[in-house]
Amino acid sequence: MRNILALAEREVKAYFASPIAYIVIGFFALLFGYFFYALLAFFERQSMQMSMGMGPMTMNVNQMLIGPLFMNASVITLFVLPMITMRTYAEEKRSGTIELLLTSPITDWQIILGKFAGAMLLYAAMLAVTLVHMSLLFLYGNPEWKPVATGYLGLLLMGGCFISVGLLISSLTKNQIVAGMVTFAVFLLLWVINWIGGFVGPTAQAVLNHLSITDHLDDFAKGVLDTKHLVYYGSFIAFGLYLTAKSVDSERWRG
Amino acid sequence: MIEVHHLSKRYGPVTAVDDVTFRVEPGEILGFLGPNGAGKSTTMRVITGFMPATAGKVVVAGYDVFEQPLEAKRRTGYLPENPPLYPDMTVRDYLTFVGKIKGVARRDLRTRVDEVMKRTWVADMAGRQCSKLSKGYKQRVGLAQAIIHNPDVLVLDEPTAGLDPKQIIETRQLIRELAGSHTIILSTHILPEVSQTCQRVVIINKGRVVAVDTPENLTARLRGAATVHVQVAGPAPDVEEALRAVPGVTRVTSAARPEAPEFEVDSERGLDVRAELAAVVVGRGWRLLELRPVRMSLEDIFLSLTTEETAGAGEAPAPAAEAAHA
Repeated sequence: MRNILALAEREVKAYFASPIAYIVIGFFALLFGYFFYALLAFFERQSMQMSMGMGPMTMNVNQMLIGPLFMNASVITLFVLPMITMRTYAEEKRSGTIELLLTSPITDWQIILGKFAGAMLLYAAMLAVTLVHMSLLFLYGNPEWKPVATGYLGLLLMGGCFISVGLLISSLTKNQIVAGMVTFAVFLLLWVINWIGGFVGPTAQAVLNHLSITDHLDDFAKGVLDTKHLVYYGSFIAFGLYLTAKSVDSERWRG
Repeated sequence: MIEVHHLSKRYGPVTAVDDVTFRVEPGEILGFLGPNGAGKSTTMRVITGFMPATAGKVVVAGYDVFEQPLEAKRRTGYLPENPPLYPDMTVRDYLTFVGKIKGVARRDLRTRVDEVMKRTWVADMAGRQCSKLSKGYKQRVGLAQAIIHNPDVLVLDEPTAGLDPKQIIETRQLIRELAGSHTIILSTHILPEVSQTCQRVVIINKGRVVAVDTPENLTARLRGAATVHVQVAGPAPDVEEALRAVPGVTRVTSAARPEAPEFEVDSERGLDVRAELAAVVVGRGWRLLELRPVRMSLEDIFLSLTTEETAGAGEAPAPAAEAAHA
């Protein structure tokens, strides 16, 4: 445990010692702020229309503002996370520090979990920026807190999946750009995988829907905490980390 | 302390290390000498548990590095060819981090970091980022990193590569100091380095151990027995007899060619018989076509090592001077 913490701490320090953390958090905040403003303005107009008797009959901050906001946040995440994960293994291999890690009395799993925890912490710090926007909504409106909590949980879990895939891909190459690009492509594929659902028949559609990373997020954003989604995300992360462990081990044998 | 048994390592079809066996006694400094690409780094990477062997086994401080890697690694300090520094960390932060993952107890960590920084003369750079260090300081921080957990065994891959002459002398001094309490393997492709620091030398070439001995014995062995290749235009049996009669010659073998016979002449240790051979041949009225010393494979390697050192003289004048002494 101490080893994992030491490794995670080093990862986080490395993110903040380089421009990565600041750029990632800064631009995430910028984009999220933009979406927040856009959705809020739209919501405002609709509520105005409703008060004049023209809009929808009921207004719900959670459904009409916070839910879509989470979905938008997840889109930004898709672009941002490859930049967080691409360096994890690729950089260690290029600079040779992987020799230090692999000859230290720590297991491969400790290294992987340390790196995973480090990336998750940066990701959580990035999401923490949005608490400012959320607290504004709580200050001036009265949204339910439960869908907000599940929404954040969903985003964290989804990010965990992306990070586990990102670690795997970074462990396969020395080149950060390659790692970043491939990770992004894989993320995007996992994102849109059920778009062809309508054309491939009902069974395949069900399978694709289940594989799609966003489809599971939907319920979280609506405030539904379903075990099947937890199992999906949990097993996705575990599988990604397991493959990373195998990749690191096979690298060792190939030399 | 370190036992390497029939170690082989293949990368696909390429055999990097082929059936290497040697052992290092506690407290000893063993030099691992060989030209570039001889398999030094690969052997060291197997000893440190960075990669598994294709065949054979390595035991460090009583633990098989493959069966009980954590126990073995806890007792091993390793300085790879390129010091494994994190460019964005300060020297102190870096050594603290390494101390943690190497299992230095939390309460000793601070004093231990200060201690190794003082020992490797990097204390004045404690707050500097690793990426901003000079090559010499990087190497020393690498050394500090290797000894932070006070390991029984130190594996140093070319610890003096890229240092200036003063730093080389200091580093060798440091390594000698460490030897009592640690068992050390250090690799080098510089011949004088082993005679200055090591008690025993393993010479490796193309993945195979060529010789294991003390530096003194090796030098003596090399300066000793010599073979001379002679080609003479003359009657083969007569020439052979005449050559054999030269004092100091122990053996003459002929590769007979009718018009110009060739001979391999072995002589006693430390005796140069070339002048006499030439005198005999010319004195008998035969014509001497060729006379050249033939080197043994071991000497070949030694020579390539010494010439390499001389070739690098432009950037490091001091080791070249040492080569001249050696």
